[in-house]
Amino acid sequence: MSNATLVSTVVNGDAVQFACPSDESLMTALRDRVGLTGVKEGCGTGDCGACSVTLDGQLVCSCLVLGVEAEGRNVETVEGLAQDGQLHPLQEQFIEHAALQCGICTPGFLVAAKALLERNPNPNETEIRYALAGNLCRCTGYDKIVRAVQAAAKDMRKAKRR
Amino acid sequence: MTHDKSYVEKDYKVVGSRVKRPDGIDKVTGKARYGADASAPGGLVGRVLRSPHPHAQILKINTAKAEKLAGVKAVITSADLPDLTNGDQGMAHILENCMARGRALYDGHAVAAVAAVDEQTAAKALKLIDVKYKKLPHVTDVDEAMQPEAPVLHDNMFTRGVEPAPTKPSNISARTQMGYGDVDAGFAEADVIVERSYKTEQTHQGYIEPHACLASVNPDGTAELWVTTQGHFTFRNVCSTLLGLDIAKLKVTSSEIGGGFGGKTHVWAEPVALALSRKANRPVKLVMSRDEVFRASGPTSSTSIDIKMGAKKDGTITAAVAEMRYQGGAFPGTWAMLGCMTAFACYSIKNNRSVGWDVVVNRPKVAAYRAPSAPMAAFAVESTIDVIAKEIGKSPIDVRLKNVAREGTQAPYGPTYGPIGIENTLEAVKAHPHMRAKLKKNQGRGVACGFWFNIGGQTCVDLNIGIDGTVNLNVGTVDVGGARSSMAMIAAEELGISYDDVKATIGDTASLGHNDTTEGSRGTFSSGMATIFAARDAIGVLKQRAATMWGIPLEDVEWQDGQAIAMGDMHSNLPALTLKEIAAKSGRTGGPIAGHNEVVADGAGMGFASHICDVEVDPETGRSQIVRYTVVQDAGKAIHPDYVEGQFQGAAAQGIGWALNEEYIYGDDGRLQNPGFLDYRIPVCSDMPFIDTKILEVPNPNHPYGIRGVGETSIVPPLGAVGNAIADATGVRMTHAPMSPPRVLSALDARDAG
Repeated sequence: MSNATLVSTVVNGDAVQFACPSDESLMTALRDRVGLTGVKEGCGTGDCGACSVTLDGQLVCSCLVLGVEAEGRNVETVEGLAQDGQLHPLQEQFIEHAALQCGICTPGFLVAAKALLERNPNPNETEIRYALAGNLCRCTGYDKIVRAVQAAAKDMRKAKRR
Repeated sequence: MTHDKSYVEKDYKVVGSRVKRPDGIDKVTGKARYGADASAPGGLVGRVLRSPHPHAQILKINTAKAEKLAGVKAVITSADLPDLTNGDQGMAHILENCMARGRALYDGHAVAAVAAVDEQTAAKALKLIDVKYKKLPHVTDVDEAMQPEAPVLHDNMFTRGVEPAPTKPSNISARTQMGYGDVDAGFAEADVIVERSYKTEQTHQGYIEPHACLASVNPDGTAELWVTTQGHFTFRNVCSTLLGLDIAKLKVTSSEIGGGFGGKTHVWAEPVALALSRKANRPVKLVMSRDEVFRASGPTSSTSIDIKMGAKKDGTITAAVAEMRYQGGAFPGTWAMLGCMTAFACYSIKNNRSVGWDVVVNRPKVAAYRAPSAPMAAFAVESTIDVIAKEIGKSPIDVRLKNVAREGTQAPYGPTYGPIGIENTLEAVKAHPHMRAKLKKNQGRGVACGFWFNIGGQTCVDLNIGIDGTVNLNVGTVDVGGARSSMAMIAAEELGISYDDVKATIGDTASLGHNDTTEGSRGTFSSGMATIFAARDAIGVLKQRAATMWGIPLEDVEWQDGQAIAMGDMHSNLPALTLKEIAAKSGRTGGPIAGHNEVVADGAGMGFASHICDVEVDPETGRSQIVRYTVVQDAGKAIHPDYVEGQFQGAAAQGIGWALNEEYIYGDDGRLQNPGFLDYRIPVCSDMPFIDTKILEVPNPNHPYGIRGVGETSIVPPLGAVGNAIADATGVRMTHAPMSPPRVLSALDARDAG
């Protein structure tokens, strides 16, 4: 590895260091250097959303971000969704609604849906469809995914009221 | 032990419920391991060098500079994959498709490969490989490839199925004809005759996970392959043949698969990865980029189809003729034959004839794509039927019902149908509230039908009962969309235990006998059958053990609801023994308790579907938005209704993408211009409405639970349904798919120009 840069960052709440070449994507760094293979590569060109993560809370395609850009930032991946052994309501509802078939797009959908519900806890169907339009799914026709997101949003609103 | 395959009606406790899938948590937490998610000690990165030319002679490949680059551990060309195919032409074509042998036949054809310590070094090494090409004339269009002056791809290819046999080679690999009756007499009886020509463009399965594998070959000829595949046993057999390995010494493990839809039934990079590993003496991971997936895996055929149909005023179709040209990419296939078999399969047409032409062109070798070849034929036939309905002033559904195939109808490809569900799906469509919903301005509604055979094939299942009474079910058909749930449900149903007590796993090639690939909608049908029989075998053992525990004759023991019952007044004092109780004592009553089954699951039930599509066409842009969509399909028996609905919805969405947007665009230079998801646009979430589904259950008489396959059929109707809806909305009949905005707009302009 020539011209590697040491990167100090926080991933899913844990301090992480890795060394990567300056032209390596955050997606590759997360997968190959941090070991978070829940970050999926579907295209490498920002068209499929399978590698979606959040960077300081902002939803990004990690294939379009450089690994070195994670320096001093907060990265969240699908591996950070479940807390203390408790699945996130989106994870629960994706299973409950059979919103995944092959499952390769699922991590990206979950991260993108979580980002949506954090800024809009009560999205209508159209808002969900447009918010998730950057994530490709080839198995489901999106029907059960949209329903799962609607159900999770409802669960999360209910939990907040409690 | 032989088992009865015939259907028996019964009340189900587990089958038909909506349980949670066993791989759900792994897949929502990122733990599930797909093709690219494995690594090995000392593993190298493999990369493939591909031809930039659609057709070229390879004069020389100089790999010396690449080999000298620090960190490069192996460089291979076709010389490292000697031809061991022993006269098997199909296998020779697979080999040549994996690595060009003296000529490149399409843009993207592999010509060399490297294995290096990391990605950067591998990429650098590819640039150091010097390939001298001599460009040859190319052809990428199916109709042009059939012309006498077209450049010929294979000078040893003479059209089969033509009398007298041709003396000159051509790009037409075969002519197929089928049908029955006297079509001339049929057309003479007709009050109206409609003739139309159609074109469909090439599409890709578009699975989100690119092809990926991790190969490791040892000097003693033992090897392992971790790979995303629909059929690890088939991959093992093919790779063993191409690499000269013993079948038993190559262990293939199927990773979780990120979509296949037929596209992961064939090998491309896997033999290359194995050859690299063999040369480097280290494990090699090879992952295709999306660009490589589009250019060099196996999309489906583009086609050109002529249809002529005649009908009486009462709607009876008196004759139907199809002439269909399918391109198979650079190597011959049997895609047109499948088009011929399926074109008129929904109908009972007294006089019908289908002629198919299989054609090679300078494009990647075509692979199966969900009900391969049927959607194009159905687009042509279903569109033409609507034109007929309009001409005779009848409803398109009534014309279809008037001619619908039933039990006893002879299929155009020969056999006579048993109980089938096409009429049921049409009646359900006719009665559906969707048909009575009001349409708005610029909206139209279309209906279309579809057929797919479904297949069975070789299957092998192992069922092992643990000492706590929980059950390991080892299945050999790759789970592409929730099949582990369905298999565990079936095992639980048969044994009479809880779904949660069965854990289904997909076994590797070292743990089970051969299983055919998960294709042809066969997974649940065939592994379901083998699971039922394996469970019944295990019940036989459980009864034997109960008899031993009680000290009574075996014939006095029955199995009911997960427990052994001692029958007869003599044994009325013996309390029932549960599966758990018998399992706990198994060490003292004869050892482990297991059931096993290997079967050729024949008797697959034909699948039929009818769809309703509402579309809104923007008159200014020609863009079509699907506003409502309903799928009605006969499942035979829905084991897990969620995943049956999921198959219907996913298939419909793929068909809608094909109908409206997706196409391979080749430039005059013979190169693919849109090898990425930005320009090859599959439907996104905001393109789609909810897809309503209705599952019908007309039992397949050849399966104990009545199962038919469900995975493929619903990709067949959408092209016709969308085209018919656009015609209803605009009055314009689209004959070229995809019916993309530019094509619709120019058709609208032509309409307005009169």
